[in-house]
Amino acid sequence: MYDMKALYQAKTVADAVSLRLAHPDAHIIAGGSDVLVQMREGKRAGVELISIYGLDELRGVKLETDGTIRIGSLTSFSHITHDPIIQAHINVLGEAVDQVGGPQIRNIGTIGGNTCNGVTSADSASTLHALDAIVELTGANGVRHCPIHEFYIKAGKVDIREGEIQTAILIPKESYENTFGHYIKYAMRNAMDIATLGTSVNVRLSADKKTVERARIAFGVAGPVPLRAKTAEVLAAGKAVSMELAEDFACAVKEDINPRDSWRAAKDFRMHIAVESAKRAFVESVRLAGGEL
Amino acid sequence: MEKHITQYQTVRFTLNGREVERTVDVRASLTDMLRNDYRMTSVKKGCEVGECGACTVIIDGEAFNSCIYLAVWAEGKHITTLEGLLGPNGELSDIQQAFVEEAAIQCGFCTPGFILTAWEILESGREYADDELRKLLSGHLCRCTGYENILRAVKKTMYRRLGKELPR
Repeated sequence: MYDMKALYQAKTVADAVSLRLAHPDAHIIAGGSDVLVQMREGKRAGVELISIYGLDELRGVKLETDGTIRIGSLTSFSHITHDPIIQAHINVLGEAVDQVGGPQIRNIGTIGGNTCNGVTSADSASTLHALDAIVELTGANGVRHCPIHEFYIKAGKVDIREGEIQTAILIPKESYENTFGHYIKYAMRNAMDIATLGTSVNVRLSADKKTVERARIAFGVAGPVPLRAKTAEVLAAGKAVSMELAEDFACAVKEDINPRDSWRAAKDFRMHIAVESAKRAFVESVRLAGGEL
Repeated sequence: MEKHITQYQTVRFTLNGREVERTVDVRASLTDMLRNDYRMTSVKKGCEVGECGACTVIIDGEAFNSCIYLAVWAEGKHITTLEGLLGPNGELSDIQQAFVEEAAIQCGFCTPGFILTAWEILESGREYADDELRKLLSGHLCRCTGYENILRAVKKTMYRRLGKELPR
């Protein structure tokens, strides 16, 4: 038995919004792989829950007419990894979420839950930041779009307002077109572990594959919320593809990141692996884009 | 102190091929319901936080940790526990037999979960490399024999089902 005060099960998105307004203190539960574990630990003991797990309308990946990739918030990690639209256009996201926990966790865990819990180490978060994802929130007054950078307010706190639930993650075409990326999770174990550091890079090269048109890089666990390393991005834009550029790009990430000491790793060590991961992820992204280093 | 009012809900689902229905406390996990209401004792209570995999069941073809799954979410689902793999006369399934042959068991606590995850892997009909199989089996902990015999049992069954020779 879980220690809960009451359970409300939403049947539609509109129903979920009404339940949110009727029970403002209730916690939203999607797949439950964070919420139910925290109830067991006593952190969320005795709370009211609004379950949105039954909302099948929020499952699946679609390509919209303007080319936007729409990922329903309840789409599980394993379904994202195996989805043909994800594999064709943003395979880096499928690879990133394939490193969450273990297989059973990837069958229950949702991308909506992974972002709404506001945790910096979430394996989807750095890639969504690097892709300038848009968070779709539905409330009593309709739909609101929020850039993922603004969605994260502080550790454990995201911009979900009264009566709202997250209904989708959107990746605009401009963001993923001709773009190739790579994610590196640094952790102590290969499975069932939280990232010590997560690094997601994506690049777009010129038609002749000789010049970097755009490079983006985001980290998880390099600060209280996932963050972009803009100095490195500006440095790489318009530069000729080379190993020297990879080194300079990697070194520049130190300007923007602010990792901390924790029981998992020291700040110095996180700084070290951030530079090394940035380099490796950049090199791999360039290689995937058809460039030669 | 405010008195707690127990909330109940009737849950209808298919358990090991049979349609069932039971009214449960909404606070129950799927593990609680399967063990207490249906006596499916192959579903083990291990860590109860989704780390050890001992409570794994198959829901609509995919492996889930039933300890972090609300019992009421089972509504309308097709759920298979280890008991559901037995043949009509109580015969062991191919994957169970392979676990016996390869001594992929000792205390047996992790075994039902491992076998159900293996079932999901085998049902895909794909041929996986060793490192892929290791990753697919990584949501289970075994504290007795280690994982080599388990990997061998899954691999052996995979090749048998594919009609291929087990590579040496």
